[in-house]
Amino acid sequence: MKENKKIYWKGLEQLSKDPEFVKYANKEFAEYLPLPNEMPEEGSSRRDFLKMMGFGIAAASLAACEAPIRKAIPYVNKPVDVDPGIPNYYASTYVQGGDYCSILVKTREGRPIKVEGNTLSKVSGGGVNAQVEASILSLYDNERLRGPLAAGESTSWENLDYEITSKLRTISVNGGGIRILSNTILSPGTEAAIEDFKAKYPTAEHLTYDPYSSAGMLKANETNFGKRALPSFDFSKAKSIVSFGADFLGTWINPIAFTKQYSKNRKLGDDKKTMSRHFQFEANLSLTGANADYRTPLKPSQEGVAVVALYNLIAGKSGASKISGGSIELAHLSEAADSLWSNRGASLVVSGSNDPAVQEVINGINQLLGNYGRTIDLAKHTNFRKGDDSSIDQLIADLALGRVAGVIFYNTNPVYNHPSGAKLAEALGKASLSISTSDRNDETASLCGYVAPDHHYLESWNDYEPVKGSYSLSQPAIRPIFDTRQTQESLLNWSGNNVEYFDYLKDRWENNMYPGGLDFQKFWDTCLHDGIWNAPDQDSGEAPAFGGNLGNAAAAIAKNYKAESEGIDLVLYQKAGIGDGSQANNPWLQEMPDPITKATWDNYLTVSQSFANDQGFTSFEGKTNKAKVTVGDHSFEIPLVIQPGQAPGTVGIALGYGRTKAGKVANALGVDVYPLVKKVNDTAAYFVSGDVKIEILSEKYQVAQTQTHQTYMGRTFVVQESILPEYQKNPSAGRVKPKIATWQDESHKVAPGSLSLWKGHRYENHHWGMVVDLNSCTGCSACHIACQAENNIPVVGRAEVINRRDMHWIRIDRYYSSVGDPKDKSISGLKKLEQAADNPEVTFQPMMCQHCNNAPCETVCPVAATTHSTEGLNQMAYNRCIGTRYCANNCPYKVRRFNWFKYHDNDQFGENSSMNSDLGKMVLNPDVTVRSRGVMEKCSFCVQRLQQGKLVAKKENRRPTDEDVQVACAKACPADALVFGDMNDPESKISKMLKIQDLDDPKDASKVDKRILEPRAYHVLEEVGVKPNVVYLTKIRNKETNA
Amino acid sequence: MQATSTIREPLITNGKTVHDVTNDICRQVEGKPTKLWLAAMALSLGVLTLGVYCIGMLLWEGIGVWGLNKTVGWAWDITNFVWWVGIGHAGTLISAILLLFRQKWRMSINRAAEAMTIFAVICAAVFPGLHMGRLWVGFYWALPLPNTFGSLWVNFNSPLLWDVFAISTYFTVSLVFWYIGLIPDFASIRDRATNKISKKVYGALSFGWDGAAKTWMRYETVALILAGLATPLVLSVHTIVSFDFATSVIPGWHTTIFPPYFVAGAIFSGFAMVLTLMLVTRAVFKLEDYITVYHIELMNIIIIVTGSIVGIAYITELFMAWYSGVEAEQYAFINRATGPYWWAYWTMMTCNVISPQLFWIKKIRTNIVATFIISIIVNIGMWFERFVIIVTSLHRDYLPSSWAMFYPTFYDVGVYLFTFGFFFTAFFLFAKFFPVINMAEIKSIIKSSSEKVK
Repeated sequence: MKENKKIYWKGLEQLSKDPEFVKYANKEFAEYLPLPNEMPEEGSSRRDFLKMMGFGIAAASLAACEAPIRKAIPYVNKPVDVDPGIPNYYASTYVQGGDYCSILVKTREGRPIKVEGNTLSKVSGGGVNAQVEASILSLYDNERLRGPLAAGESTSWENLDYEITSKLRTISVNGGGIRILSNTILSPGTEAAIEDFKAKYPTAEHLTYDPYSSAGMLKANETNFGKRALPSFDFSKAKSIVSFGADFLGTWINPIAFTKQYSKNRKLGDDKKTMSRHFQFEANLSLTGANADYRTPLKPSQEGVAVVALYNLIAGKSGASKISGGSIELAHLSEAADSLWSNRGASLVVSGSNDPAVQEVINGINQLLGNYGRTIDLAKHTNFRKGDDSSIDQLIADLALGRVAGVIFYNTNPVYNHPSGAKLAEALGKASLSISTSDRNDETASLCGYVAPDHHYLESWNDYEPVKGSYSLSQPAIRPIFDTRQTQESLLNWSGNNVEYFDYLKDRWENNMYPGGLDFQKFWDTCLHDGIWNAPDQDSGEAPAFGGNLGNAAAAIAKNYKAESEGIDLVLYQKAGIGDGSQANNPWLQEMPDPITKATWDNYLTVSQSFANDQGFTSFEGKTNKAKVTVGDHSFEIPLVIQPGQAPGTVGIALGYGRTKAGKVANALGVDVYPLVKKVNDTAAYFVSGDVKIEILSEKYQVAQTQTHQTYMGRTFVVQESILPEYQKNPSAGRVKPKIATWQDESHKVAPGSLSLWKGHRYENHHWGMVVDLNSCTGCSACHIACQAENNIPVVGRAEVINRRDMHWIRIDRYYSSVGDPKDKSISGLKKLEQAADNPEVTFQPMMCQHCNNAPCETVCPVAATTHSTEGLNQMAYNRCIGTRYCANNCPYKVRRFNWFKYHDNDQFGENSSMNSDLGKMVLNPDVTVRSRGVMEKCSFCVQRLQQGKLVAKKENRRPTDEDVQVACAKACPADALVFGDMNDPESKISKMLKIQDLDDPKDASKVDKRILEPRAYHVLEEVGVKPNVVYLTKIRNKETNA
Repeated sequence: MQATSTIREPLITNGKTVHDVTNDICRQVEGKPTKLWLAAMALSLGVLTLGVYCIGMLLWEGIGVWGLNKTVGWAWDITNFVWWVGIGHAGTLISAILLLFRQKWRMSINRAAEAMTIFAVICAAVFPGLHMGRLWVGFYWALPLPNTFGSLWVNFNSPLLWDVFAISTYFTVSLVFWYIGLIPDFASIRDRATNKISKKVYGALSFGWDGAAKTWMRYETVALILAGLATPLVLSVHTIVSFDFATSVIPGWHTTIFPPYFVAGAIFSGFAMVLTLMLVTRAVFKLEDYITVYHIELMNIIIIVTGSIVGIAYITELFMAWYSGVEAEQYAFINRATGPYWWAYWTMMTCNVISPQLFWIKKIRTNIVATFIISIIVNIGMWFERFVIIVTSLHRDYLPSSWAMFYPTFYDVGVYLFTFGFFFTAFFLFAKFFPVINMAEIKSIIKSSSEKVK
């Protein structure tokens, strides 16, 4: 084809090469187009739209392809000692103010998730309490400061150090005083750091106070023995115990160890048919009082007289001279004296009073009884509660006079937890430098110029000397989560020593503690591994001589106490969960039912039944009224709770509530009663006498209680109990053995369990079971929190507890004896049985899934979501559960818990902090599912722990032993009241305890059932025939008669 | 050929002819909806809407919006379930058992009673569904379907599973029975229809009914077979529902008397509900000649009989609790009568035991107003019976530490109202668009019981 050479023009402009045309000739669109570069700034073009649409479609489809981002990052370089799925344990130490516990920290993939007791420790004895267990959650508290603050604004440590150091220097140069205020410090390393600080700043002084003080005892010991320290007690050696208001099993000094010791002497068995006898004289029904064999209500304003009366009774027996101080008629006081005297040297008298005069008389009694050196050891004194009650008042005075210009609050919050807090807050304005090391911007920290937040104890290095010669170490179980710094390091830094506290500590140990011999590194590693170290010379101490004249004490008592006192005594006490309120923002503790009142999320005014009767006040199902309490100038409103056992003429309110700046969980819960603490004889008195007015208001209020029915209605199929003399005669005293008639004649009555529709299960390998010793359980509730931490149990909040929807898998049923006759089951008799006695006997009954062999829950589930394992466990398959709740209805023990709402990732349950924030979720146990809404859950016997233990044993090709498999509650129990184990293993503790005998006859349908020969053992609700795998041991009280 | 007794009152009064029957019944279907009907429908739909909202919240938030707790795991949900199932029983009894016993008076009421059964069973079925924590999986996991979850199967030991079978069978049989009965009447309406839509709709509904003798013969046979199938269901369904309680270990539930006691109670409450509905329908649709005082009296007699059985059952329970010597069982019954829920127990006793005894007096059992009031009282009483059994047994069982109270919330009431909204909406639709009386059957007794025709 011939090439076409014709030229076509687009127009005349091209032919004429019009410059305007040529300019645009090469553009795609020669004419004007509103392209972006020519567009005004605002608006977007069609092209933009297309681009955006294209991008949008691509992005959307890409996003749709990709899996959601999970915040789990695999190790690029795996740390040597971290294996995913395998927990690591580190020995460490829990210290909160003057409270102490040697612990093991369980970490998973670098996260501490659980605290357990360190059995190597002689000081805490391997037990824990609820506060220790719960402290793991405080590590992940969202309210913790993310870094240092200066004047309320976040700053850097460099700036902070620079400003603080220059201010300290200025103050020091000008001769202004500097005060470091702390609670009791158990740590020699910390004290050394403070000494270094004081050396650098000579005007610095270290002041100590305790929110709940034992200064009275310190003073008394100083007067009597010339030693300002608290002694070590040994309750396990005491055959007779008398306590005047000392809640030594709950909150007094070192309750974990005391529980361990106390429970040792409450156990009974073939080889031990005696137990300690415990007398308690107190106003509030305390945890300790609830465990006493004889409990006498006593007004605190009478306590001094009662103590003197006991002294005189003992003195009468020993021939010592009596002291004056009034006399009092008190039930069981002379029995107590007899019991003490007949157990001289193996008895113990303690008092919770903070009055040195009372404590001196107590010392006198123990001296007369020869208890020093036996049950009380002052040579091996403890370092708990060294606080001085006048330190803060001195500080306030010094601040007001300008003598002190700088204050460092070392992990203390006196503005909240000291009666003079308000005055201190005012005086603090005069200080030119105020520093708090609090982990949160609390009541005190928020008033300070600087906040230098300390590590959580699980992020810290430290050493402790809780008892003279007994050391323990604390090591970090996680890298500091936030930009915090250990206060010891801060103090050293401010005193010009830029050493890391770890090096400082190690050096100190090398120089001061290291006994020589081994390589120091080996010594250090051993100490760190064990968590504890006992100095070799610890037994060399000699009991100091009792010197001192009780005359002054008696005179002081005569002045301050009266045998007959008019008016109302208000007692300020600590709860086992909340304690002094420092862990108030911990929702686990807030929702832990108080062991006695079973109330959560509140404090309240406990009043006696007689007071309620006088006022015409009644309460049903926790529904109550508020009362207006007026103490001097203080007046506040607080709900009432009728408390059986409350001494007539007394009322009680718990400390530790009414926080304003603790965090979202704790703020505005309850009433702060620290301002009511008054000084008597120069020490803080935790009661107010006479000046108390109570007016019941018409305003209704509901206290969130997990148990509202107080008595066991004389139901012997629930609680079986007896007294020691009966037990000594017949070890199965108190046992009720139900028999049911068969089709045959009268003589053919059989045990309910032997009649069954079911063939029973065969447990070829393991058969897990648990023993609950009602005699050992003190009700402390450590198991509650241990279970909560182990099994990811949600917190549901106050409103839902009121709706009776608490989720705890283990609960401690607390029953009072009632006014009625337990045998009278007529309509009027039953009404009487519902009422608790005025001064009741108390029974604590831990209740968890009983893992029935004929489980009523298993048969009724339509989808077989709850089934029986080959090892005797009743298991719950959450994934299969459709939530009919039939199993819960049919559970005779009512231990099943339903997920009424979605408790995780749900703003409505913000108080459930372990499931509602990324930080809180770090505490979750990865071995346990977080349950979704609409499914049932319950105690699993910590099946994940059993599995872990079995695997460990399997790798070593042996049977798992008791050490391999421990459920969380039994592990936590400081009283060893819960014993878990394999009933198929004749060597296990449980088999021996229950004296299990296998039945060999294969034709016997009940072959799989264990024959339990222990005479005290019984099944709760035996007559229902569900054959539980949890066995209870009868409660035996050490009383002379059953009255 | 029917022999007519001279002393027996005619079942259809006022000398209706076969043509009158057709006219009277079809009038409602063919006419425009009345204002009264529209108002009633609007009210029902309003209640239904509120109920739908409550169900929405229940599903969105969780079972926690109800007042249940760790001790009382069932309350209004299962109370309502049992109550509605019980109500349904009257329809089946009337259509099946009375058919087998050749009780001709049933013909005037069986259609509406069966409709009531079906709607009541649907209402009842709402609760086992909604009471589940995870309805979205529960509705099919509770069925024995082959699945990919390994060897997961339903638990045939569970009474709840038996419920699934019982209720679904019951619903299916009742629906088929009811529908078969409707076919000839739909054909009548089709044949009379003047507009195209009605002709088409009723034509489809009547399955091409041709009225041939052979068709009638087959119809009769099917009706008889279905009656035979439905008869055991009258007894079995509530027996199985009672197993939910009877097979448990909870004092107050664990009782062998439950099956007969529940069946009697079901028929008792069902007849009361039939009366409540029929008395209104009769007045509104002017069917006094078809549903006569004689009908009402016969139903009242059944109420006396079943009410007395229920009363004896209550007393037997008390006796057994005492006689058994079981402490927890004794307490359960003392607690019912004297505990915190005493008012529920005495409401139940008054409504169910005392009020039906008034029907011994002829004046009362033939008085329409009195019958209407007592029929409602009986239904209130029967609701409380289930509430007493469920809640007062659960709230104080074995361990006093767990004793608790149950307080209903807005959503407990709301979901109950949902079923009322649904029931009445469905019933009004039925009353408007379906023949409320079985024309075909009535016509068969016109000769023997209508004076004029005779």
